[in-house]
Amino acid sequence: MSDRLHAAVAAGVIASEEEFNRLLRSIVEVARAIFGAQASSIFLLDEAADELVFAAVAGEEEQFLVGRRIPSSTGVAGWVASSRTPLVLEDVQADPRFARDVAENTGYVPKGMMAVPLLDEERVLGVLQVLDRPQRSRFSLQEMELLGLFATQAAVALSLLETARSARAALAGDEEASLVARLAGALERLDEGDRAAADGLLRSLTGLLEPRRG
Amino acid sequence: MAGHEEQAAHAEPLPAWSLPREAAARIGMDNLLPQRVDRDWAFGGATGKGVKVCILDSGVEAGHPLVGELAGAVVVTLGEDGEPVAEEDLEGDLCGHGTACAGIVRSLAPDAQIHSVRVLGAGYKGSGTVLLAGLRWAIAQGFDVVNMSLSTTKRQLGELLHELADTAYFQGTVLVASAHNMPVESFPWRFSSVISVGSHEEDDSLVYYANPNPPVEFFARGVDVDVAWLGGGSIRASGNSFATPCISAIVALILSKHPGLTPFQLKTVLHLTSQNVQEGNV
Repeated sequence: MSDRLHAAVAAGVIASEEEFNRLLRSIVEVARAIFGAQASSIFLLDEAADELVFAAVAGEEEQFLVGRRIPSSTGVAGWVASSRTPLVLEDVQADPRFARDVAENTGYVPKGMMAVPLLDEERVLGVLQVLDRPQRSRFSLQEMELLGLFATQAAVALSLLETARSARAALAGDEEASLVARLAGALERLDEGDRAAADGLLRSLTGLLEPRRG
Repeated sequence: MAGHEEQAAHAEPLPAWSLPREAAARIGMDNLLPQRVDRDWAFGGATGKGVKVCILDSGVEAGHPLVGELAGAVVVTLGEDGEPVAEEDLEGDLCGHGTACAGIVRSLAPDAQIHSVRVLGAGYKGSGTVLLAGLRWAIAQGFDVVNMSLSTTKRQLGELLHELADTAYFQGTVLVASAHNMPVESFPWRFSSVISVGSHEEDDSLVYYANPNPPVEFFARGVDVDVAWLGGGSIRASGNSFATPCISAIVALILSKHPGLTPFQLKTVLHLTSQNVQEGNV
């Protein structure tokens, strides 16, 4: 099969826009849960526009932030993306200017925040922020390690879905490949009962399309 | 620095990659290290006076009470033809991070000259190229110490950074670079010509450990550190970013007391005065 049709099958099976958003949402929910934090959010890097896009947030009240864009290299998220380095800050309310900067990006002024780059090898996919983890104890290097490990895992998942997403975008103008993608997607979603019938249909179709021998 | 000039005076004319028999007698050098190197010899009573420390970062807020006066501040950007341009920085710090690093250096080496070279803030695009250009500029200025609490993950830039790190090493500019907090490949901290720094969890900014398992070579205070931040304020921060300027400041202290030490000798002094090595020596 050509690369084009391979990509079509992958794009059809792997991810819909809805699944992509579900993954983002799941990442922020899990991040919030493992750190027992108040909130968590993800910025994705839009390289073409050179901006960070607010892509997901855990917590209903802050959903209005989704889609908001900020410059790619200012503020904490911008620094983390540009320097590709995590940053953990506490007592941020002590500084009104900083608090305002953070509030614009998070919907409220947290007392503390952890921000970590989502790295896919050389590429920066975005920045994950975890806001207001409990103040019961001082920060530890173990938490820093956990943050890094979780961000790495999240970045791997994001990168896979992004690949499918861009494959779909590339196939948008390709009628034949789009059909293959739709077919692959439809097959993937079939339940057990319909699958046997579909398999039969596919076998007949394949038989028809294969060059006749002899 | 005077020591560097003295060493330059010893240098043989080219070709310097071979040593004729009669030349050996002409290149005698003073042994700058005593028989026993301890913290008191290394930096007891030192203030960092006369040592130029460059903060290669997001800029530094001028006049911040925890930073004081800056000896210089430039911003490096890419010109229209992609060439790096260094201009006086009038914007200061766009994040707070560079100010935090400068404040840590000031708190430990109060008389060091602090120079800010801003390489972040002009957009994500080209941030790696600007980092490289900024470092090249900083090395050309002959700063004694360059604090790099940042890194790049771009392999293509890694090779160029490697060459720059070696240039710095041989000219006597010490690069102190943050190790990455995450399991990713990034540069320049992995290079042996720089001093790489990770974090320990203790509260003392003058306590550092030598790592028996490099590539991270030293651990300094990097957890729950009170640091300078924007608007003249301060916050509490954690990360290798903040451990790195502790080592930069300690290097500045050592250099102010012992000008002319090479990066190689400085690393040796740091090693010998590390908490775990000193304790083992007693």
